[in-house]
Amino acid sequence: MTTTPRREVLEKLTPVLTKRWLSPNAWALKTYEQLDGYAALKKALKANPDDLIQLIKDSGLRGRGGAGFPTGLKWGFIPQGDGKPHYLVVNADEGEPGTCKDLPLMTHDPHSLVEGVIIASYAIRAERAYIYIRGEAVHAARRLRNAVVEAYDKGYLGRNILGSGFNLDVVVHSGAGAYICGEETALLDSLEGFRGQPRLRPPFPATHGLYASPTVVNNVGTIASVPYIVLGGADWWKTMGTEKSSGPMIYSLSGRINHPGQYEASMGITLRELIELAGGMQDGHQLRFWTPGGSSTPLLTADHMDVPLDFEGVAGAGSILGTTATQIFSDQDCPVYATYRWLEFYHHESCGKCTPCREGNYWMVRVYQRILSGQGTHEDLDTLLDTCDNILGRSFCGLGDGATSPVTSSLQYFKQDYLDYIEGRTAPRLSDKALVGAH
Amino acid sequence: MTTPTTVFDEELRQRAREILARYPADRSRSALLPLLHLVQSVEGHVSPAGVEFCAEVLGINKAQVGAVASFYTMYKRRPTGDYLVSVCTNTMCNVLGGQEVYDTLTEHLGVGHDETTADGSITLEHAECLAACDYGPVVTVNYDFFDNVTPSAAVDLVDELQRGNRPQPSRGARLCTLKEMSLQLAGFPDTRDDAVADGVAGAATLRGLHLAQEHGIAVAGFNPDTPIKKKDDAGSGKPAAQAGAAANKPASDAKPAGDAPKPQEGNLRGAKEANK
Repeated sequence: MTTTPRREVLEKLTPVLTKRWLSPNAWALKTYEQLDGYAALKKALKANPDDLIQLIKDSGLRGRGGAGFPTGLKWGFIPQGDGKPHYLVVNADEGEPGTCKDLPLMTHDPHSLVEGVIIASYAIRAERAYIYIRGEAVHAARRLRNAVVEAYDKGYLGRNILGSGFNLDVVVHSGAGAYICGEETALLDSLEGFRGQPRLRPPFPATHGLYASPTVVNNVGTIASVPYIVLGGADWWKTMGTEKSSGPMIYSLSGRINHPGQYEASMGITLRELIELAGGMQDGHQLRFWTPGGSSTPLLTADHMDVPLDFEGVAGAGSILGTTATQIFSDQDCPVYATYRWLEFYHHESCGKCTPCREGNYWMVRVYQRILSGQGTHEDLDTLLDTCDNILGRSFCGLGDGATSPVTSSLQYFKQDYLDYIEGRTAPRLSDKALVGAH
Repeated sequence: MTTPTTVFDEELRQRAREILARYPADRSRSALLPLLHLVQSVEGHVSPAGVEFCAEVLGINKAQVGAVASFYTMYKRRPTGDYLVSVCTNTMCNVLGGQEVYDTLTEHLGVGHDETTADGSITLEHAECLAACDYGPVVTVNYDFFDNVTPSAAVDLVDELQRGNRPQPSRGARLCTLKEMSLQLAGFPDTRDDAVADGVAGAATLRGLHLAQEHGIAVAGFNPDTPIKKKDDAGSGKPAAQAGAAANKPASDAKPAGDAPKPQEGNLRGAKEANK
């Protein structure tokens, strides 16, 4: 039965970045301009670029791609007056399991991203920007490419934008199906025409990014926030969210709730409140485990329903806010099987550069298959933990770390579920047939 | 054996030059991913001739191109059907029924992962998270979405495709072939009349917005004329010199997010404790 949310919970909704999605033609320039579109650009081009960087710092905006790095600080790291070309690269390679906020944004409001790109490029003095969009995101890419063409035609892109003397070219670059390219340095390698494999840092992209030049890499949601901050100001932005996690956030709810979907809310909302907004749990389903921000963020349980979903709150509960992709599972879902499916993902998506991640995920998948087909042993649990110990912190990028998240967190909270397979109380979930099909 | 000269005509070479022009002249290798999409738009997969074509255009060797082509899932190594049917079997879609959808299609079509039906119409694959978990389980046809799919709806869908029909996706544009889609992925516009306008936002996408609208919830205090503070403004909270210094701080001083203590270490300790 669908429940109606209480007023005080409804008031946590903050439609800002998602608001234009209600206007069916907001993807077209004409409609976008009627809805404050490109007003922020006109305002920004009259300001000093340094003042824009300071504005973003003052707003407390943090990256929406998962890591939550302060955006203004990142922009400020770009060395100015160095005589090198600067680049802005937008990470639109959305692929973290559970995550589905950037695709609707680019599909329904692509100009807000383009406008943010122009303002951010002006602030960091970049004359070229790339939007690296996930290959599979084809309709979003259609709309985004269309928006870029419209922006050129209107003089928002190209030479001497709106008479400011500022030049910018934007290229929408489609990926080709590799989750790893959402990692910023792998993305840069991919954009340079190589296999998408992460780079050793330092040096950081701020000094040696695309083509070894100073580069800012930001997520779609981060850049799309910029026009609103330019218009409404840092103080207004900070009326939403918490002290250290300011602004609105798009929470993507999926799973055993009555109304899965996108809920843009003040940062710091809790899962209990989000479930209330989503009309409650489905009939016959009790919350059992959930990811706060995609599969790379350690699982949380029904004991964590009142954790504020901001960067600090989730970290305090031992997980990561990530992409606020809240996947909700119930007592009818098996945490061992869920973890197995995620590991298949990490195994498939490991780029193969670092041995612990490449081999560790390969073997962990096999251990899970053994457990789920009723042939597991107690020693398998030690093997899993030992493998995680050898992956965590021992690879170039976070993919390996992320792979250990569901393993160690499910073993921490749901060890009994593993034992039930091993000791024969739970019927095998995988048959021989399933094992043949697994790859 | 086919060679680039026999397969790829002058029109395609012109397109290759357009792709190269998007990137700095001394960084032409950046054009490799779109070029691979381009050759796939001709042959439906990346063939040895396609690899050779990319190598020739970029002035690099075939091994360099092949190493890249084989890394990315969307470049197909064998001939494909007109329609690539991808079933999400990652965790969320999987538990909501995606695995059943995939198993049903495998049986119905008589092909497995990355295999093509005998009539050459459909290539089936299982996919890892297609970024539409709020519509799970999802199937895509040439990457356009069919939402909340059941096994029987999936069978109907592929039957329609095999009959030569093109069912309308739940949210994206009307279907095109995989070759036509590959041309779009190479960065060329979808030239079909108003295809860019196709599709409306789904209910799940708008769910939070409709809730706010119904109950009159809006964010207060938004004034688009709020001035942008200038560095030398009094009361900016920070002395100008300090703000300027911060802006020029060398990047090597940056503490990347990844350097923070990893929360997974806590889980690892907790799991080891539980496993004692």
